[in-house]
Amino acid sequence: MATLADLKISEVKLSEEQTGKWGMVIDQDICTGCQACVAACAMENNLSFVGEVDSGYGRSMHWIRIERFWEGAYPEVKMTPNQPMMCQQCGSAPCEPVCPAYATMHSQAEQLNLQVYNRCVGTRYCANNCPYQVRSFNWRDYERPEPLSNQLNPDVTVRRRGVMEKCTFCIQRIHKAQDKAKSEGREVVDGEFTTACAQACPANAITFGRVDDPESLVSQLAHRGHGVKHLEELGALPSVTYFKGG
Amino acid sequence: MAYEKKHAEHAHAAHAHGEEHFREKHLMLDPLPRGQMNDMVMESMMEKPTWKFWVVIAILSAIVAYGLVYSWAKMIAEGLGIAGVNRPAYWGIFLVNTVFWIGISHAGTFISAILRVFKAEFRRPFTRAAELMTTFGLVQAGFSIFMHMGRVWLSYWLMPYPNQRMLWPNLHSPLTWDLLAITTYLLSSTMYLFLPLIPDLAMARDRSTGWRKNFYKILALGFRGTEGEWTHLRNAMNIFAFAIIPVMFSVHTIVSWDFAAATRPGWSSTIFGPYFVVGALHSGMGAVIVVLAVIRATMKHMKYFIRAEHFDAIGKLMLIISMAWAYFFFNDYMVQWYGGDKWTKQLLHFHEAGPMGWMWFAMLIFNIVIPWAILWNPKWRSTPWLVSIVGILINVGMWFERYIIIPVSLTINRMPFTWRLYKPGVEIPLGLGTLAFFILLYMIASKLIPLIPVWEVQEGQMAHELKKFGRETVVTVSELE
Repeated sequence: MATLADLKISEVKLSEEQTGKWGMVIDQDICTGCQACVAACAMENNLSFVGEVDSGYGRSMHWIRIERFWEGAYPEVKMTPNQPMMCQQCGSAPCEPVCPAYATMHSQAEQLNLQVYNRCVGTRYCANNCPYQVRSFNWRDYERPEPLSNQLNPDVTVRRRGVMEKCTFCIQRIHKAQDKAKSEGREVVDGEFTTACAQACPANAITFGRVDDPESLVSQLAHRGHGVKHLEELGALPSVTYFKGG
Repeated sequence: MAYEKKHAEHAHAAHAHGEEHFREKHLMLDPLPRGQMNDMVMESMMEKPTWKFWVVIAILSAIVAYGLVYSWAKMIAEGLGIAGVNRPAYWGIFLVNTVFWIGISHAGTFISAILRVFKAEFRRPFTRAAELMTTFGLVQAGFSIFMHMGRVWLSYWLMPYPNQRMLWPNLHSPLTWDLLAITTYLLSSTMYLFLPLIPDLAMARDRSTGWRKNFYKILALGFRGTEGEWTHLRNAMNIFAFAIIPVMFSVHTIVSWDFAAATRPGWSSTIFGPYFVVGALHSGMGAVIVVLAVIRATMKHMKYFIRAEHFDAIGKLMLIISMAWAYFFFNDYMVQWYGGDKWTKQLLHFHEAGPMGWMWFAMLIFNIVIPWAILWNPKWRSTPWLVSIVGILINVGMWFERYIIIPVSLTINRMPFTWRLYKPGVEIPLGLGTLAFFILLYMIASKLIPLIPVWEVQEGQMAHELKKFGRETVVTVSELE
C-alpha cells in the first residue's frame, strides 16, 4: 500500500532548488539606459536591422531591450529605474513545451533555453507563451546594407524570415571559453569571459557568470539579499536577478 | 338540432383542414411518389446555371485568385511582415479564422450525427448541406493555419514521419494535438459525408447520361440497393454517427487548449473547452440556416424540401445554444474577474474600455441580444430572410469573439513595455479568400452532388403516417431501423 511518505515530493523540491548553471545579475540602480548593451548584442549576434517602420510597429529585433517607465503626468513625471530585459533562461521555461517541432529546447549541458533556428517552422507559440516577451521573430528578410555585411560574427548563424530568435547568453562565447579551458586542461575561471551586453556596459550594471558556483561574483551578488526575479510567481525559474532601490 | 348539425359540419371541416394543414406544414407528412422526388432532386442539380450563377462564380474565383493564391504566394515570398502580426500579438486573424472555420464545421456534425443519433426527424432534408459545411469549413481552417506559419514550406515537420535524425513532433505541444485532431476530424467527417451520399449517387447514376453517368458510377461504388448493401451501409453510418460525436467535441476542446494551456492572462481558463464547443455550435448553426435560406431561394424545387418548420426547428436550437453560450461567457468572465489577478484585471478593462471595446459590445449584442430578441417568436424564427440575418450576425459576433480572444487579448501581457495594438494587413484579403473559396466549393457541390439526401427524406416519409383516432388526427412514427 502506498503511504503518504511514498509520494514523490522530492522531485518537486528538486525543481524549486534548481539554480541553473549560467546566470546574470542586473543592477537597475546603476544602469544609465545608454543602450550600449543593445548595440553590442546586435553586433555580436548578427541581429537584423528592421528599420523605423517595423520597429515602431512592435517588430523591433533586439535580444536585450531597455524598458523605461515613468510615473505621474507631465510636468510631475518621475522616471523609474531603467530595466534591461532579455531572455531570462528559465529553468522551467514556458516556451519549451509548446513548440510542436522541438525547435526550442532545454540544453542539458548548459542549462539554457536553446533556439534551433533551422528546426523552427514559425508557429510563434513560444513567443506567445513567454511571460517576458523577449522573443523576436524574423517577420521579413531584412536588408543588410553593404559595409554592414562585413561586420557579421562568423560564430553566429544568420537567421532568415519566418524564424524565431532570442538571447542565448552568448552561447558562442561560453563554448569558446570552455574549449580554451579544456585545451589548457583546466576549468573556466570566473570572469574569464562575459556576454557582449555585460562587456559593453560602461556602468558595470550587468554581471554574468556561474550561478551554481557559490564563489563566483554573480552568485555573491545574487545572494546579497534584496534581489528579485521577475514574475517569479509563475514558477518558470528565471536565472536573472534584478536589483532596484538598494 | 340545427345548431348541432352545423357545429358538427364545422368540426368536420376543421379536421379536414387540420390534415391539409399537417401536410402543408411538415415535409414528413407530405409524401410524393419516389420517382417524382428523385426527378425533383436531379432537376435541381442539373438545372442549367443562369448567367447570375456564372457571375457569382467569376467574382468568387477572382477573390480566391487574389486573396488566396496571389496574397499567400506574396506572403510566402516576402515573409509575414506584410501581415499585421507583431509583438505582442504574435497570432492574428489567421488563428481567428482557423478557430472560426473549425467552429463553422461543427454544425455539420451536430446536425448530422447528434440529431441522427437522437432521431430528430426534422434533420432529414438538410443533413447533406450541413455535412458539406463540415468538410468545406475544415478545408478553410487548414488554409488559415498553414498561412499563419513562418515557414510553411517546412510544415511537414509537424507530421510524425520516419527520418534519419529520429526527429519527432513534440507531443507536449497543444499545436501537435491540434494538428492530429483536425486531421482526424477532416478524414472522419469526409467519410461520414460520403456514406449517406452513396444511395443518392446511385440514384443519380441511374438517372444521368454522359460524363455525369461515369462520375456517379465511380463514386457510387456499384451500389444497387440490395438488402445486404443497405444493412452494411446502415451499420457503417451508425458507427460513424456515434464515433464522430466525441471527435467533434475533442477537436474544438483541443483548439481551445491552444489558448487555455498557455500562461497568459485571459487565456489560462479551465472552462475554455466547453465554452469553445458551444461557441462553435453557435456560429455553425447560424451558418447552416444561412445556407438553407440561400438553397431554398435559389435552387429549383427546394421550397418543397426546406420549409418553415425547418427554420423553426433550427431557430429553436440557435436560441438554446445562444443561451448556453451566454452562460459559458459570463461564467468565464466572472471567474476571471473574481480571480483578482492584476494582469487579468487590466485585460478585462481593456476588452470593454479599450480601443476595441466596440467589438466587445457588438459581440454581446450579436451573440445574445439579437438572437434572444428574435428567435423566441415562432413566426419570426420561421421567416427565412429574418432568421438568416440573425445567422449572419451571430457569425459576425462569433468572429468578433475569437478576435477578442486572440489579437485583442494578446495585446495585454505581463510586460507592459511591449503592449501594442494589432492592425491587420494582408490577413484581410487572405481571410476573404477563404470565405470566397468556401462559397465557391458549395456552389460547385450544388451542381455535382444531390444537396438533398433523397433516400433519407423518403425513409422518413415512409415512417410517418397520419392516423385518425375518432375525430382526432394523430401523427404516428414507426421505427424503421
